Amino acid sequence: MRADPNLYDYWPYTDRPKIVWPGGKKLAFWIAPNVEYYEFEPPVNPSRPGWPRPTPDVVGYSQRDWGNRVGHWRLMELLDKYDMRGSVSLNVAMCDHCPEIIEACVERNWEFFSHGVYNTRYSYGMDERQERAVLEDSIRTVERATGQRIRGYLAPALTHTERTLDLIAEYDFWYTCDLFQDDQPQPLKTRSGKLVSMPYSLEVNDVIAYGALAMDPWRYADVLKRHFDQLLAEGEETGTVMCIPLHAYLVSQPHRIRPFEEAIRHVASFRDDVWITTAAEIAGFFREHCWDASLADIRRRGLERPGTGFQAEAG
Amino acid sequence: MALPDDYLSYLKRRRGQDHDLYSHALAKDRAPKRLPDGAKVAVSFIVPLEFFMLNPSGKPFRHPGAMQTPYPDLRHYTTRDYGNRVGAFRLLKVFRDVGVKATFAVNGALLARVPPLIAAIRAEGHEIAAHGWDTDSIHWSGLDPAIEKTYVARTREAFAREGLDPRVWMSPARQQSSHTLEFIREAGFDVCLDWEVDAVPIAARTPAGEVRLFPVLNELDDRLILTVKNHSEDEWRDQILEAAEMMRAEHSKTGAQAFGLTLTPYVAGLPFRICALREIVEGLARGCLVAPAGTVAALL
Repeated sequence: MRADPNLYDYWPYTDRPKIVWPGGKKLAFWIAPNVEYYEFEPPVNPSRPGWPRPTPDVVGYSQRDWGNRVGHWRLMELLDKYDMRGSVSLNVAMCDHCPEIIEACVERNWEFFSHGVYNTRYSYGMDERQERAVLEDSIRTVERATGQRIRGYLAPALTHTERTLDLIAEYDFWYTCDLFQDDQPQPLKTRSGKLVSMPYSLEVNDVIAYGALAMDPWRYADVLKRHFDQLLAEGEETGTVMCIPLHAYLVSQPHRIRPFEEAIRHVASFRDDVWITTAAEIAGFFREHCWDASLADIRRRGLERPGTGFQAEAG
Repeated sequence: MALPDDYLSYLKRRRGQDHDLYSHALAKDRAPKRLPDGAKVAVSFIVPLEFFMLNPSGKPFRHPGAMQTPYPDLRHYTTRDYGNRVGAFRLLKVFRDVGVKATFAVNGALLARVPPLIAAIRAEGHEIAAHGWDTDSIHWSGLDPAIEKTYVARTREAFAREGLDPRVWMSPARQQSSHTLEFIREAGFDVCLDWEVDAVPIAARTPAGEVRLFPVLNELDDRLILTVKNHSEDEWRDQILEAAEMMRAEHSKTGAQAFGLTLTPYVAGLPFRICALREIVEGLARGCLVAPAGTVAALL
């Protein structure tokens, strides 16, 4: 076990090379609807139970199913109204369980990235062969259902092993949403590939906001607006990224969706300065236009440390 | 089975404290203190800069903010790291814009990991305090005193290597053993941020000399207010400004008072909190003497 994963180098949020997003935009904004399947009776992972209560946890299970039957459609309609595309954080088994959602997202040219097979199958304890099987399943399943080659990853239920990021880089993923150290993308130190750390967010994630932080619907909208205003102002100096990670079983609840719409309306009203896009488009742009300059800046400042993730202890 | 008889014997039951670290003295009996330029209240911003390792032992308890999910908990590692990469620079900018100096309490183990941050803090004239070695080196009564001394010594050495000679100390998790004050005083620290004893800094006695206890208000801790009690940003701001306003209103009766409040970079430095943070710093700077803890401890 290591004290420091050495997945990226320390890089202070000041005097970085300026990022200007396409069209001269200051802030790249993306929305990540998590389209998930939590199994009714998941197998046991020794490190973590599938549900907080004994299975079947009918309250927890049915609320998530409500998210797919009712909530997703409400959220999609809202995003349609503001001409915003989602980047779907997908438990890929949803392609089998609920192809209707997948088809509706494809029709809208939404992006898909892998969020594992099920949200009740954790990476803890997997060997390399098993982790590869999950990644290959993800790529194959989404390609078959949508024609898209997935380029992003968010580990199911945010569970990792030391090799997860090396493996996704090897499979030519462009970005990971698993790391939260920054409001700008950064190159990651994987053994191969060109993997970008994509700002996702826990703090403005609806799970954390409504749950751990106990925000009411209006406060969440207010927090999102403040978050957006600050990152937009900073984007003047160098382009920032804001993501709103969502779960239809939470945000689409009848008491929440309209207050949430106010935040989306706020974002949409700044379209001239904001690149409303998908994670893959941000990652693609960053890899092409900002990757080398970022590494060069880290090197110039003497902040580059040897080794790759989990391979060499830093400092 | 009953408890042993001595469970009902009270050896230190007496007027004043049940320890000898400082004297019993009530705030109301104190001669009023004065601050320069007629300032009524002194405030210090305490910014903890901490290293949260991916593999903490969690002993004797898990440091607030430490890893929570099974290894490798990249989620909490990176959210804490956000404070040192991004959040701390937002705090610095607000301090710069308003023109105030703060106290940055730094884990010894972090110094070599974030040189540009340390350089920025020094260049802008803020105070640097020692915040122990790291978040997994907690001072507590079950710790062998010889080991505790090494925690203090390696922290002192790490600062010395950077050409820094801090006098102000904050323990990891603000947890102490019964030896901590003595050991830090031996190592040249004479102001401590762990104790909220009074409304002004007070002196603690140790065999190695005196340590000034600078009051950092636990109830105004940003991490507690915002992430444990889940108050809103506006409520966070209002409580802090109310504290300062109340102390100002008391001035004619009590004389000058002081308090410290923590601004945790991975909490206060998040984008959606900067607007309230700015209002807090501006609001306090308008009506109070805002200065580093070491400075305030020397003034009062």
